[in-house]
Amino acid sequence: MKTSFSIGNVEFKNRVLVASGTFGYGDEVKDLVDVNKLGGIVTKSLSWKPRDGNPPRRIVETPSGMLNSIGLANVGVHAFIREKLPYLRTLKTKIVVNIAASSVQEYCDVLTLLDTQEGVDAYEINVSCPNVKEGGLNFGTDCRMTREITAQLRPLTRKPLIIKLTPNVTHISEFARAVEDAGADAVSVINTLVGMAVDVRTRKPKLSTVTGGLSGPAIKPIALAKVYEVAQAVKIPVFGIGGIQSAEDAIEFLLVGATAVQVGTMNFVDATASARIVEEIREFAEKENLDDVGKLVGALDANIKHSVLQSWL
Amino acid sequence: MVQQLVRLESNQEIAQGMFLMRFDSRRIATSAQPGQFLNIRATQRWSPLLLRRPFSISRVVGSSIELLYNIVGKGTKALSAQIPGEEIDVLGPLGIPFRYDGLFETAVLVAGGLGIAPFPFLTDFLEKKKATIITFVGSRSLFKIDMLHLRNVQYATDDGSNGFRGNVVESLAEYLQEHTLTAPKIFGCGPTKMLSSLSRLAQAKELSCELSLEGDMACGIGICQGCPVERSNGTKKYALVCTDGPTFDCREIKLPSP
Repeated sequence: MKTSFSIGNVEFKNRVLVASGTFGYGDEVKDLVDVNKLGGIVTKSLSWKPRDGNPPRRIVETPSGMLNSIGLANVGVHAFIREKLPYLRTLKTKIVVNIAASSVQEYCDVLTLLDTQEGVDAYEINVSCPNVKEGGLNFGTDCRMTREITAQLRPLTRKPLIIKLTPNVTHISEFARAVEDAGADAVSVINTLVGMAVDVRTRKPKLSTVTGGLSGPAIKPIALAKVYEVAQAVKIPVFGIGGIQSAEDAIEFLLVGATAVQVGTMNFVDATASARIVEEIREFAEKENLDDVGKLVGALDANIKHSVLQSWL
Repeated sequence: MVQQLVRLESNQEIAQGMFLMRFDSRRIATSAQPGQFLNIRATQRWSPLLLRRPFSISRVVGSSIELLYNIVGKGTKALSAQIPGEEIDVLGPLGIPFRYDGLFETAVLVAGGLGIAPFPFLTDFLEKKKATIITFVGSRSLFKIDMLHLRNVQYATDDGSNGFRGNVVESLAEYLQEHTLTAPKIFGCGPTKMLSSLSRLAQAKELSCELSLEGDMACGIGICQGCPVERSNGTKKYALVCTDGPTFDCREIKLPSP
């Protein structure tokens, strides 16, 4: 059974990665799960300098999901290289470093520095954090800006450049096409949706930043539709993200056109879930008499004539 | 740290709105220390709940783990509905324990309401250390907790129905005026406002004081960054309740003013 796939010259051993911000830097859960079973680890977003993040409250559970407003709290790229990368280098899985920044220059600086380091396999560019004032959604919801960041970063590395897109726009496929044009190797779809929760007794928003990013099973149907839309629009690989809890969820994403998936919020509930999903996808493919999990990618049996999506794609 | 399914031995209301849950886990029992917590998920298939909920370990008896909790929302409500024989999903023990080995002779335990949760376990360890123990317990009105393993309990109630009339920190302040304690150390657990005034009292009197905090968290192991508490000094603005705490020296952290 072939489970691997490649982007550029980087081969991922299977199609299940863990999403940025939901698996730390890999060392926190090493007692619970064999992280080498994963197709890859996408790290917590890194910025040039450490970021404190937002004041509490940062987390609220909502029906079948959660709102977060962490605000990109992270150790900064220098501490990452010093303290986290040595451990990540020992792993037998691919390391995708996620980068967040508040200016185009900062994205370039972080990527340029990381590109001198051994042990970084690919980059995922976060242009879509809903919880920071600068460099978050004001980049990711501006198609020209998103293209510009991609175009600036492209010549700085030969490693795969993955752009993580926000669903908080009217047509996400326009953004996917823009970054494909600008040289991106893949897109990650989707980041969190802007959401809100209110405490009726105090009349205050539950999150300190008023709104936050919604994730978890609640967003899976939206994420599937966005992945389907993007997969129809571009030729580059799509990482499907949004509310995956099981192999069945993951396979839905593959069928609508995701080349691979990232498991996010579920890692907070059960750090062993992602490794289990890897195994269960393989079992599913065996039962379906496939010799390659990749044969599930885009294998959706849909009547395109009836798809509403086609009218504006 | 282990993640395992455990079978409930008991789960019942022992006082108004307060539940005591017991289950068997040798792996947790042999490694847990007072002040640590477990991150727990109810397992009913129909449960729409996603995230785990953090609970202080209340006591370890043999290989049995006991937890005390109130119903405060959907998570604890779902947990209270689970019956003996059913399974829950437990992750732990997590966090930094109380530093109960320090140079003190009198342990002053101060609990606001359900803040008593970690203290039966701490009492066991303090007794081994042969420390003198005084336990201050505050609540809105009379609540019976005789069955809990606590020592030398001084009650305070808002309505005066049991012991001191007023809050538990006022009750402690009055006690400290009237008594001289030998090498005391305070351990506090309860609502943030109460801990904030306890911290002020301890610092004004220059008493050593550790607080056990609550935080809204998803993972409980330092990944989600969901449970920050402001530090009083140092270069990092926030500590995380889950991995830097839940126990903190009261001078390390800045709680909102009471």
